[in-house]
Amino acid sequence: MSTPPAAPLALLAELTHRCPLRCPYCSNPVNLTRVAEELDTATWARVFREAAALGCLQVHLSGGEPTARRDIADLVRAASEAGLYTNLITSGVLTGDAKLQTLVEAGLEHVQLSVQDAEPGSGDRIGGYRGGHAKKLEFARLVHDSGLPLTLNAVVHRQNLDRLPDMIALALALGAGRLEVAHVQYYGWALANRDALLPTRAQLEAATATVEAARRDLKGRLVIDYVVPDYYARRPKACMGGWGRQFLAVSPAGRVLPCHAAESLPGFDFPNVRDVSLRWAWEDSEAFNRFRGTGWMPAPCQGCEHAERDWGGCRCQAFALTGDAAATDPACALSPHHAVLSLAVGAAAEAGEAFTYREPRRDVTSVSG
Amino acid sequence: MSLAGASVPRLGRGMKLREDKARGQWIVMGPERMFVPDEIALEVLRLVDGARSVDAMVDDLAARFAAPREEILADVVAMLDDLAAKGVVVA
Repeated sequence: MSTPPAAPLALLAELTHRCPLRCPYCSNPVNLTRVAEELDTATWARVFREAAALGCLQVHLSGGEPTARRDIADLVRAASEAGLYTNLITSGVLTGDAKLQTLVEAGLEHVQLSVQDAEPGSGDRIGGYRGGHAKKLEFARLVHDSGLPLTLNAVVHRQNLDRLPDMIALALALGAGRLEVAHVQYYGWALANRDALLPTRAQLEAATATVEAARRDLKGRLVIDYVVPDYYARRPKACMGGWGRQFLAVSPAGRVLPCHAAESLPGFDFPNVRDVSLRWAWEDSEAFNRFRGTGWMPAPCQGCEHAERDWGGCRCQAFALTGDAAATDPACALSPHHAVLSLAVGAAAEAGEAFTYREPRRDVTSVSG
Repeated sequence: MSLAGASVPRLGRGMKLREDKARGQWIVMGPERMFVPDEIALEVLRLVDGARSVDAMVDDLAARFAAPREEILADVVAMLDDLAAKGVVVA
């Protein structure tokens, strides 16, 4: 490439994979990074400065649970001093009033709080954490009182989708200005739990109608962002707005990724911030250039009128469902593999509700007896 | 909602007007969203400080731009209504 690619808009900083919750659709990779492998405070501070210099405007401090890091206030301050708009993406269960105040003083600008359901019993079961729902409500109250803007993130699926109207009411009751209704994306842990999570078409249609009505009724009070599930789609999503186009992620161990799930793709040598600058990773690394633009695209995408709208869809989903990361995303009706999605929907309709919860890797040394 | 001349708009919770040096522009940063205001919107947003009324904003703009005051008032109110619908400003 002769001219450098356009600058990224946002950095997702996955500060840690540690989390007290065990959601069966967690977006972390199935192989979770251990504490000892995590980047230190100074390295993250350098990453934030490099991200701002590269053109990033916003940082999402995420995880795992980002507040599981003892240096979270220092990290917020470093991001804020770098000039990034700082957003904390949290489960809310580890942050009391005193800790929240230190984050506000450090320059935090926005909080996105996850909820697993509108109902405590179900929410605690889905998150695999007893008492979690009540802690989240208390945290939301603290955020509201602090004056920070609050987004509620509701990940929805077959086992909670019927309570979407209650989740919208909860967002209003908690004083959230924004609600993300995000259908589960089926990679990593979620793929392992797909049969227990995939909604029915009737549920999906009801949810879409609920969102559309709420958007009308709550205009000016609550912004609702809606992420639809691929399994009922005819066109794939422009995943991350296209590979290496707007967005980059840094994993807890320092790997620079075009999307937080990309570590699941085989045959990649993702650059690490311990070795290279963020700018080199973005502009020059083979990993970022491999699926950038349209040159890499296979037949149904190559020359398609949608090629520069959906950018061929999601590479991780293409790999997970076809075994080839360079294939057209099967969510596209033009993909020769499109039928695998309806087969999955059929299988889920026959399946039960049991989850495989997110768990850390088990070290051989920690196995006893 | 519609703003009137006496309304005192301010930026919504979490909304910040910031310079985007890498791209040579100004942007409104908000909770997981960003807007690039056009030149006129930027002039208006720079006057939104939670203290000035819409009337005072219009006076300021009328002194700097050659346009009838009523026209500027109508444009500013329409623009602020649009920004309020997006949650960028609140009155």
